[in-house]
Amino acid sequence: MAFFLETLLGGLMAGMLYSLVALGFVLIFKASGVFNFAQGAMVLFAALAMARFAEWIPRWTGIENPIVANVAAFIIAGGIMFVVAWLIERLVLRHLVNQEAATLLMATLGITYFMEGLGQTLFGSDIYKIDVGMPKDPIFVLESMFEGGILVNKEDVIAAAIAAALVAALSLFFQKTTTGRALRAVADDHQAAQSIGIPLNRIWVIVWCVAGVVALVSGMIWGSKLGVQFSLTTVALRALPVVILGGLTSVPGAIIGGLIIGVGEKLSEVFLGPYVGGGIEIWFAYVLALLFLLVRPQGLFGEKIIDRV
Amino acid sequence: MKQRSLGDVILDVQNISLSFGGVKALTDISFNVREHEIRAIIGPNGAGKSSMLNCINGVYTPQQGTISFRGQTFHHMNSRQVAEMGVARTFQNLALFKGMSVLDNIMSGRNLKIKSNILLQALRIGPAEREEIRHREFVEHIIDFLEIQAHRKTPVGQLPYGLQKRVDLGRALAMEPQVLLLDEPMAGMNVEEKQDMCRFILDVNDEFGTTVVLIEHDMGVVMDISDRVVVLDYGKKIGDGMPDEVRNNEDVIRAYLGTSH
Repeated sequence: MAFFLETLLGGLMAGMLYSLVALGFVLIFKASGVFNFAQGAMVLFAALAMARFAEWIPRWTGIENPIVANVAAFIIAGGIMFVVAWLIERLVLRHLVNQEAATLLMATLGITYFMEGLGQTLFGSDIYKIDVGMPKDPIFVLESMFEGGILVNKEDVIAAAIAAALVAALSLFFQKTTTGRALRAVADDHQAAQSIGIPLNRIWVIVWCVAGVVALVSGMIWGSKLGVQFSLTTVALRALPVVILGGLTSVPGAIIGGLIIGVGEKLSEVFLGPYVGGGIEIWFAYVLALLFLLVRPQGLFGEKIIDRV
Repeated sequence: MKQRSLGDVILDVQNISLSFGGVKALTDISFNVREHEIRAIIGPNGAGKSSMLNCINGVYTPQQGTISFRGQTFHHMNSRQVAEMGVARTFQNLALFKGMSVLDNIMSGRNLKIKSNILLQALRIGPAEREEIRHREFVEHIIDFLEIQAHRKTPVGQLPYGLQKRVDLGRALAMEPQVLLLDEPMAGMNVEEKQDMCRFILDVNDEFGTTVVLIEHDMGVVMDISDRVVVLDYGKKIGDGMPDEVRNNEDVIRAYLGTSH
């Protein structure tokens, strides 16, 4: 029993991290109807910026305090993501107003390669580490209930808490504010949104900024777990099944989708793995997503696709 | 014919020319719109009616000419400025936020008017809450006025066409516009729906004094409800005046019926 709970918790924590990346997709899709292929590249770019500035700042200023260096690096990386958002709007999206969704998707594909290249040119292509002082040591909980307690990774708990806070804030933003409503309006119809005085350009900068910050937070957390390296971009691929499961238009969907996939991966690997020779973790999410596409293409919480004929 | 006193010129279009590459959509168009009037723009397909509306709305920037709103002249405007000045529009081919509810669609028309701090809005506290309630009240009036109470929470994409047209009008009305631009508000409707829509337009014009500029194909409707009519053909103005004058205008008859050779 303890072992089952331990696996379950581990899955939930891992799922929370998937959710964080998935959030980036959902945000941009909700607000501009664009499936942003560049989300993975943004995660890498933000993480690289943060890792390198955390390294450079003590060297340039002589301040050795790691907290100062990390906070400063985080703020600078945030600023860089703002500039990136502004440039993407200015150079790409502005020229594609009222275009087909497929056109915009292709544009984000271009942005992906550009940002991957630019990120590594500016910040280097080695493996860097982000050390934000997250405690790495595991703790044991519920020792009174189970023999030896349940092993929980402290780092995962903190990461999950950060993700949860971010999600709560974003949900409020989308559902309750006029800007949130404007974002949803822009996603549905550019022309109509313009006609009621919603400034498309500003909305796009806002939403890419928010997605940039989400990318930065996920880059920071994943980076401190795995190290900042090119393979971070593939983290985005792992988030794809999450958004398919949860629904492309739903913030809570991204979270629950992430949790289901995290838990499903871990449990199936541990309990079914031995019978089929293991390796389930790698494909589990994609198979689940495929099934969902067949049965419920809008995902668990997505807006139902309505088509009048 | 109704007899009503019209106000001053609210919208003055002077010598507008617009072309897309080699195609001349509009050539040297001038006309004005007086306060409180219902002004129709008519013409055969491809005459440039929607282009004209898009110029006024700031979607297109004409190569030549000026548009004055309450005496203020503009050469170049963007959609937001136009919206801020109090010009709202509806669309020929519906452009609604299909995934959002009727209520949210119409509320989005109030966006420019909601001023409270985004943080307060997110938490729905204090002044933000009161402001939201105030705007919601206004939107409920519009919903009552357009008789779509039963569909408040329905996603707009699920409504029948005629009702979607009403929601489109509702969203424009939520902006409390001074000038309402209607691009074929009755296209594709049956007789009953057309009568309803006519009633809404006349009521809006009557009760709120909103100036209406409308494009319409149904001649009966145009002649019945509009005060003055502009006729376009191949991007040129061929007639302008009271419905009766326009009806008897040689050029207009020729454009609509063709000439006998």
